[in-house]
Amino acid sequence: MNRVVRAARLVGVVWYLQLRMFAVSAFEALMQLIWPMIFATSAFLIFRVNGDRELLIFAGLGASAMGIWSAMATAASNLLQEERWSGTLELLVAAPAPLALVLAPVALAMATMGLLSMVVTLLWARFAFGISIPVADISGFLVSILVTIAAMAMLGFLLSVSVIRYRTSWALGNALEFPGWLLGGFFVPLAILPDWVKPLSYVFAPTWGLAGMRDAAAGRSPWLQCAICVALGVAYGVIGLLLSKRLLTSARRNATLSLT
Amino acid sequence: MSAARIVFIGGLLSYRALFNWLNPWIFIPTLVLLPIFQILLFAFMGRQANLESDQFFVIGNAVQSASTPCLWGMTSAIAGERSSRTLGLLLASPAPRVATFVGRAIPVIANAWIVSLISFAVGAWLLRVDLPPSRWPAIAVLVLVGSVSCTGLALVLAAISLRVRDTATLANSMYGVLLIFCGVNVPLAALPGWMPAVSAWLPLTRTIEATREVAAGASLGHVGGLVLHELALTSGYLLLGICILRYFEASSRAKATLEVV
Repeated sequence: MNRVVRAARLVGVVWYLQLRMFAVSAFEALMQLIWPMIFATSAFLIFRVNGDRELLIFAGLGASAMGIWSAMATAASNLLQEERWSGTLELLVAAPAPLALVLAPVALAMATMGLLSMVVTLLWARFAFGISIPVADISGFLVSILVTIAAMAMLGFLLSVSVIRYRTSWALGNALEFPGWLLGGFFVPLAILPDWVKPLSYVFAPTWGLAGMRDAAAGRSPWLQCAICVALGVAYGVIGLLLSKRLLTSARRNATLSLT
Repeated sequence: MSAARIVFIGGLLSYRALFNWLNPWIFIPTLVLLPIFQILLFAFMGRQANLESDQFFVIGNAVQSASTPCLWGMTSAIAGERSSRTLGLLLASPAPRVATFVGRAIPVIANAWIVSLISFAVGAWLLRVDLPPSRWPAIAVLVLVGSVSCTGLALVLAAISLRVRDTATLANSMYGVLLIFCGVNVPLAALPGWMPAVSAWLPLTRTIEATREVAAGASLGHVGGLVLHELALTSGYLLLGICILRYFEASSRAKATLEVV
């Protein structure tokens, strides 16, 4: 029981500290809030031309959630590299706390910033473009958002450990942002994507989280999509955990952990 | 002769030293893959919204992709010197400022041109946009004009970087402004009324318009007016950039804030 409490405290403290770190960096604030709004604005300008309200609502919901993926793709990819540059990666690895328990709440903090971006984008859509998104099932909608954030946090965790040996991983994270928006159906339905892309979409948790949000907003049941999103999130977490152990053992053995 | 050496040799050396995105592990994801994915994202959005053709989005986004190396390359010219602690030495040297910074702009333009052409070719190929080979030379010329024009604006940002420390924020914000206002993904006529007034003062707007006309069959001579307008605006931005550079340099010297990070 004591271990569980300590782990919960670690998760809570790391999450809070990471949020504080975001709050003092203008660049992080821009990345989390303004950057997705730039693309949301472009999307709204595209979808408003023909005045189709259904399309605007579809795009509005996708645009609101895109900040969560933006936060994940770039920041999580660069997470370990930042620790490496700060000279704290070895300390984190050598600490008695499991590295996964440190990285997962950091990724969760990034997803939380994504939530803030979601609120800001929804307000931007409402007041700058007059797009109001009707939500028929509020509880289902909120659960879908929370599930999406948790699954994306696990995906961020997996991403951060996967690129531990890629010294310029932030560049990879940048390049992943747009494919994520396409694969997840943030702005376009999966039906218009090429067939070979669809299997990738199905193993991409945000696809299901976003589908849950759209279903809840339209009054349909979001629970199956939420369940798949949770299952994928758990799978990312487990794979990330196993990978972190293996990659860290390898980095220690080859003395490559701190190489920049 | 000395000024020419500063422009060409100094510019190339500084670009290789400061623009660390030339590393292929950064160049390929950031300057090749990212613009291509941007083209795909907006082309699919356009299909979903039933707005314009794939060609419209390939041209808009490929030309706009020149802004990434321009904005980041030029701001790196200041931010990189500052973080390397060599900005003071550079500005204390007797080298003429115009030659120093114009030299840094030339590799930026070349890089932006290459990035934009790669995005153009790959985007067109992926989306099966049929552009007759006879139109590519004129398109390449226009993309070069766009790269020069964007570098003019980037020089202004580089000059502002003498005062504003968060150059990444500056470059990203301007990238967004160009994406939204220059008619990259939405025809200027379909933008809200006040927006085209802003577009008129931004680089790339006329280049994108001219490239679309050339892709539709117009000759380079037919879009000469747009090109001249773009180059005139570029001259204005270059002049403004040099003025801001001189002002902030003098002000930073007076306040001893040049290397404050």
